[in-house]
Amino acid sequence: MSNHLKNLKLKIWRQDGPNTAGRFEDYVIDEISDEASFLEMLDVLNERLISDDKLPVVFDHDCREGICGTCSLMINGQAHGPERRTATCQLHMRKFKSGDEIVIEPWRAAAFPIIKDLMVDRSAFDRIIESGGFITAPTGGAPDANLIPIPKPVADAAMDSAECIGCGACVAACPNGAANLFTAAKINHLNVLPQGQAERYKRVEAMVETMDEYFGSCTNHGECEAACPKEISIDVIALMNKDYRKSKVKNRKELSRG
Amino acid sequence: MTITLDSKIPTGPVADAWNTYKSDVKLVAPGNKRKFKVIVVGTGLAGASAAATLAELGYQVDAFTFHDSPRRAHSIAAQGGINAAKNYQGDGDSVHRLFYDTIKGGDFRAREGNVHRLAEVSVNIIDQMVAQGVPFAREYGGLLDNRSFGGAQVSRTFYARGQTGQQLLLGAYQQLARQIGLGNVRLFNRTELVDVVTVEGRCAGIVTRDLMTGEVVSHAAHAVVMATGGYGNVFFLSTNAMACNVTAAWRAHRKGALFANPCYTQIHPTCIPQSDPTQSKLTLMSESLRNDGRVWVPKNADDNRPAAQIPEEERDYILERLYPSYGNLAPRDISSRAAKRSVDSGRGVGPLKNGVYLDFSDAINRLGRNVVAERYGNLFEMYERIAGENPYDMPMRIYPASHYTMGGLWVDYELQTTIPGLYAAGEANFSDHGANRLGASALMQGLADGYFVLPYTIGNYLAPMLNKPIPGTDHPAFKEAEQAAKQRYQGYLDIKGTRSPDFFHREVGRIIWDYCGMERTQQGLEKALSELPALYEEFQKDLRVTGDGNSLNQTLEKAGRVDDFFQLGMLMCRDALEREESCGGHFRAEYQTDEGEALRDDEKFAHVAAWEWTGEPTKSVRHTEELKFEAVHLATRSYK
Repeated sequence: MSNHLKNLKLKIWRQDGPNTAGRFEDYVIDEISDEASFLEMLDVLNERLISDDKLPVVFDHDCREGICGTCSLMINGQAHGPERRTATCQLHMRKFKSGDEIVIEPWRAAAFPIIKDLMVDRSAFDRIIESGGFITAPTGGAPDANLIPIPKPVADAAMDSAECIGCGACVAACPNGAANLFTAAKINHLNVLPQGQAERYKRVEAMVETMDEYFGSCTNHGECEAACPKEISIDVIALMNKDYRKSKVKNRKELSRG
Repeated sequence: MTITLDSKIPTGPVADAWNTYKSDVKLVAPGNKRKFKVIVVGTGLAGASAAATLAELGYQVDAFTFHDSPRRAHSIAAQGGINAAKNYQGDGDSVHRLFYDTIKGGDFRAREGNVHRLAEVSVNIIDQMVAQGVPFAREYGGLLDNRSFGGAQVSRTFYARGQTGQQLLLGAYQQLARQIGLGNVRLFNRTELVDVVTVEGRCAGIVTRDLMTGEVVSHAAHAVVMATGGYGNVFFLSTNAMACNVTAAWRAHRKGALFANPCYTQIHPTCIPQSDPTQSKLTLMSESLRNDGRVWVPKNADDNRPAAQIPEEERDYILERLYPSYGNLAPRDISSRAAKRSVDSGRGVGPLKNGVYLDFSDAINRLGRNVVAERYGNLFEMYERIAGENPYDMPMRIYPASHYTMGGLWVDYELQTTIPGLYAAGEANFSDHGANRLGASALMQGLADGYFVLPYTIGNYLAPMLNKPIPGTDHPAFKEAEQAAKQRYQGYLDIKGTRSPDFFHREVGRIIWDYCGMERTQQGLEKALSELPALYEEFQKDLRVTGDGNSLNQTLEKAGRVDDFFQLGMLMCRDALEREESCGGHFRAEYQTDEGEALRDDEKFAHVAAWEWTGEPTKSVRHTEELKFEAVHLATRSYK
């Protein structure tokens, strides 16, 4: 049966817009069920703020089942909060206790400007995908799906990377604001598959260089892997770096051949 | 107004219809395609695949999403898989069988022509998605693996762990991203459709609201595609994402697009039961779990022992007992009602007695824990995170919840609504699932519409419009629509009442769930139809939206969506009231067999009900399209 938490002290980052100064504001949640999710606790707070004729706290969220990657909160300094392998929307209040102080902030990274309160702009991720995060396969000309057998371990490795939900926790957790885990996961998903070979080196070169336009540099802290709600392994960064180094030779060779 | 609903299915045998259509369809020459602008609203499977393909063909495409990125659309949450008639397992599958299963699963309330085409192109979808790099599950030999799903006696479901929707959406999103990067698609993110504009009966474009700035803007186009999903959030508690809403489809409806079969809503049998009143949404556990999980409740109503202490002979494996040939894989509507009846009879399990068990202990004994973990590991983890119990040690508790809506904008064979130039794809249309959708068919339909149907049918509409001018955004119709949208949103701010949009959403959802949910009665529906207008009036008088309309305001966005849910909710109840039969997801308690199964009335109701907006939510006009069954025989659905 559910228990109730009492007297939670929330310190929430409030910021009116991208170019205004933000500040922490304090709120108290008198009582909440431990069956409630963290975002449901914020829903309760927001309903109260509206009934007090105040502005509710803006935060991004959607599927609330840990797959869309929309939610994004720094909770007590941890991206997505204290539970491993869990996005904020699946964090439940049973992970907290009565009287806790909870500090809630937006993702903080130069490449993710704050839009309002806890909502940030992560469209730099889309720019990385647009630069090469795909296999060129126009609709209509695909051969039979079983024509190219793919060894199970390869398909599994691609899937391990492809699980990335694009939430940006890796960037928020990184002291340098680097997006290497995200970018490498996307690259590795396609670069290990037979279908991805034709564009392998072009892809890695374009995506890494787009990433560098927006994000900081990786210095192997490993915070990204710890924060990732899908526990994507930092190994993918090594694979990306390997392919990126090769790309400088491979892509030039292909050009000279032409 | 007299409306004739012409499905435009080519004459001749249904199995040849799509080939016939493609042979006769008008084409736009490659060099002329760039002269046409197509708007695609929504970037889920249907929208992203349509936008990407139309751009590949050479059309100018503008794509709109209210999310920050196209990749967030709710298609991403589909877990179990996607059907295709590949017959890779050699177990007797074929296009005809997938077609038949879908018609039968839909309780003979879907249009044959559309469904047959869906089954035909299903095989292309798998080829296409594999070419794009979707990491479907594979056997050790490297070939694709399949699993079985409810309502089928073959294994035709392709899957990527428990995240098939995510992987397919990322595939479609990446194709869209490629076109955005090439400059062939302009993407408008965090932008919501607030109206559809028609000029001289044709769709001329849309009006949007920039969620960041509140700015209302017009966009003109030769054709518009609505790929805006379903309306399951009308129930408040559902498995839909928080932002899913009916606004785009509803605004099109108000501008003349007929809305078909709104009462056909699907209740998914395997969701995690509600645990707390503050709960904002329900989480689905993939139906694929029913491949190895066994559904049971205690035989005795007051059995409060933990599951493990209830001996085998005191357990009632309800689906295996009632539907021996399909067992735990009976279709969704049938399984849901079996669960509801168990809970209603006091045999529910869990602290609130609001669930049934889904038990994996036999599967773990038979296959070993590792195999079960391989198949369902991530779903088990998800369950534990939410319910706080470990399904390896104790059975899951599940209960039905609103999940998908089969009803939607009426479309013909070309996926065109009753407004020429306005198309609807994916869950937003009504066309393929009849009164009940089979598992793993939503992803199939979204991608079929976007990749393999719309790119042909839109050309047929556009070809005659070559080099003819279309109304621009300076046309008075756009200005009027902009003005109306601005007034509408300002109106919510001006009410200055006392209660939030969420309050009203919860209330409207409760009424619809109680009276137009899993089981409906004439009396209940009439009650809903008297309570809803009263509550709607309160909404219009007592709503409170804080903040302003010129900056990001999530409460204001919500107010508009709840307003449209009210209007849709009333239509749903009317549709359910007028359909005096039970079929698929629409179960009227008055119309059931002695055994409690749905009792159809094919004499009177073998038709699509398509509703016309008249300006008053309770005064819409019902039109019908007769359903003709030529390739299959109307039969009583039996899964025994």
